[in-house]
Amino acid sequence: MISADVRDAIHDLMADYCHYIDDDRLEDWLDFFTEDCVYKILSRENVENDLPLELLSCRNKNMLRDRILSLREANIYNIHFDKHILGAVRILAEENGAYRVQANYTVYQSNQDGVSELFNVGTYRDLIVFADGKPLFKEKIAIADTFGIPRLLSTPI
Amino acid sequence: MRNQSPVSWPAEDFSRVPFAAYCDPAIYEEEQERIFRGPTWNYLALEAELPQTGDFLTTKVGDTPVLVNRDADGNLHAFVNRCMHRGMLLCRERQGNTPNFICPYHQWTYDLQGQLRAVPFPRGVNGEGGLPDDFDRNNIKLHALQVESFKGVIFGTFSDHAEPLIDYLGPEVIYEIERLFHKPIHILGHQRQRIFGNWKLYNDNVRDPNHGGLLHMFHATFGLYRLSQKGGAKLDARGRHNITWNSLGTDDEKTTIEGYEGTKKVYKPKFSLNDMSMLQNRTEHPDDVTLVILSVFPNVVFQQISNSLCTRQIRSSGCDKMELYWTYFGYEDDDADMTQHRLDQANLVGPGGLISMEDGEAVELVQAAIQREKDKHAIVEIGGKGEIKTQKSLVTEVPIRGFYSYYCELMGFPVGTDAAAE
Repeated sequence: MISADVRDAIHDLMADYCHYIDDDRLEDWLDFFTEDCVYKILSRENVENDLPLELLSCRNKNMLRDRILSLREANIYNIHFDKHILGAVRILAEENGAYRVQANYTVYQSNQDGVSELFNVGTYRDLIVFADGKPLFKEKIAIADTFGIPRLLSTPI
Repeated sequence: MRNQSPVSWPAEDFSRVPFAAYCDPAIYEEEQERIFRGPTWNYLALEAELPQTGDFLTTKVGDTPVLVNRDADGNLHAFVNRCMHRGMLLCRERQGNTPNFICPYHQWTYDLQGQLRAVPFPRGVNGEGGLPDDFDRNNIKLHALQVESFKGVIFGTFSDHAEPLIDYLGPEVIYEIERLFHKPIHILGHQRQRIFGNWKLYNDNVRDPNHGGLLHMFHATFGLYRLSQKGGAKLDARGRHNITWNSLGTDDEKTTIEGYEGTKKVYKPKFSLNDMSMLQNRTEHPDDVTLVILSVFPNVVFQQISNSLCTRQIRSSGCDKMELYWTYFGYEDDDADMTQHRLDQANLVGPGGLISMEDGEAVELVQAAIQREKDKHAIVEIGGKGEIKTQKSLVTEVPIRGFYSYYCELMGFPVGTDAAAE
């Protein structure tokens, strides 16, 4: 039986994760990950064909930091707002204090003219651990049904 | 040649490109016939995607859906993905393995060579209905493309008048394909990017070595590609294909700083990554070339950026939309560590590429800005005017002029007829 406190903490983490991206607090958003985290965005097409290629992958927190640094300092991308809509969070299993968590997501992007479009829909398949009572993503894996990426993939999903 | 052209090409050296060519739906329609179904060789797939008898995949030539497969003798075929009966998309799956193709609509069945083999109820029921007596199954075959494979790269043409593939590619392109496919490959996966711009704008982009060191700040900042490095653009004899290449670490700081002077955010000597492993180049060739962007007219780009290898197929979809279909690969003898390195470096390109994400945006913003500028022209003069030839510097866009010289030939557009460019 998973305690209500753990359940609440996991739900809060999943929600905060989305809102921090939408609020462009990407540097603070990094604090939701362990140092040895894995962050990936996968194409459902490759997953179903057993092909290892990712749409985006960071095999540790430094690579994730570099992604954000590159977005801030180097990349030119479409000026937009993100809005995440998170589906029901399912806690699938506990393995030695780590929790397998699944949730569907939708990300809309809105441009400078106030026009919003569906950008990506898919499923998170995450592994959440607790450090000093605080939940953190050890794995955050977004499997995109929308693997035909409109324009480009800049801000995290 | 035609008497009246819908577009003006005022410069005989193609140093002006009419914006109408990117916006006019009538031109787009003609391109499908004269370019994609014309005497060109179009990239279809890699043989490594179809290793077994019965393997098939679906792709596009321009916007025509095409089915590619391997028959029991190991031969490759490509067909328009359309049932000969009533025009239904014959094969709906992206890829798979099958002993035959059965149309979902009325179950017409074709073998792996595209020959119609079976039609249900051919004699009708109780002597009523069914096929007429003179209906001959043997006369019905899927609309086939001519297919040729070179070093495991599958090309197809709709035309009976295309040059042999080897001649179409030419020695410069053949050298690069042999280099990239010098040993058996294995497929790592695919990426898809939907770009809201004309398919030629992407061809322009990959024939423009100049933008690589200016738009792509990640490139310049980390030295993977700077305009101050040793590199250039090799053209084939007809100027229709292009090979942009460079060598990492061949620039000096003084030239780099002077060259990038006045640019915003592009070159930042003090900027570094927390995890530099992604930028590591593991030498795989006897030469020192670390980047090759090989563009083959009209629909494919072959890429080596350090150890990131892929093809990018351009699939047009109306005059203001396209899909870019990326196929990443490594070599069969890669160990797990090398495969991981290639997967890491896949982060450099693709729709989410640290380097390349900008291209989709640049193409879209050009398309947006030129909509009402159809009588105006792009200026293509960097690297010089006049003769279209191989470039020994990266500060060039001459390969774009090469692309349009062949494009206009196929489209039959008269060139140099207008009095002057604005």
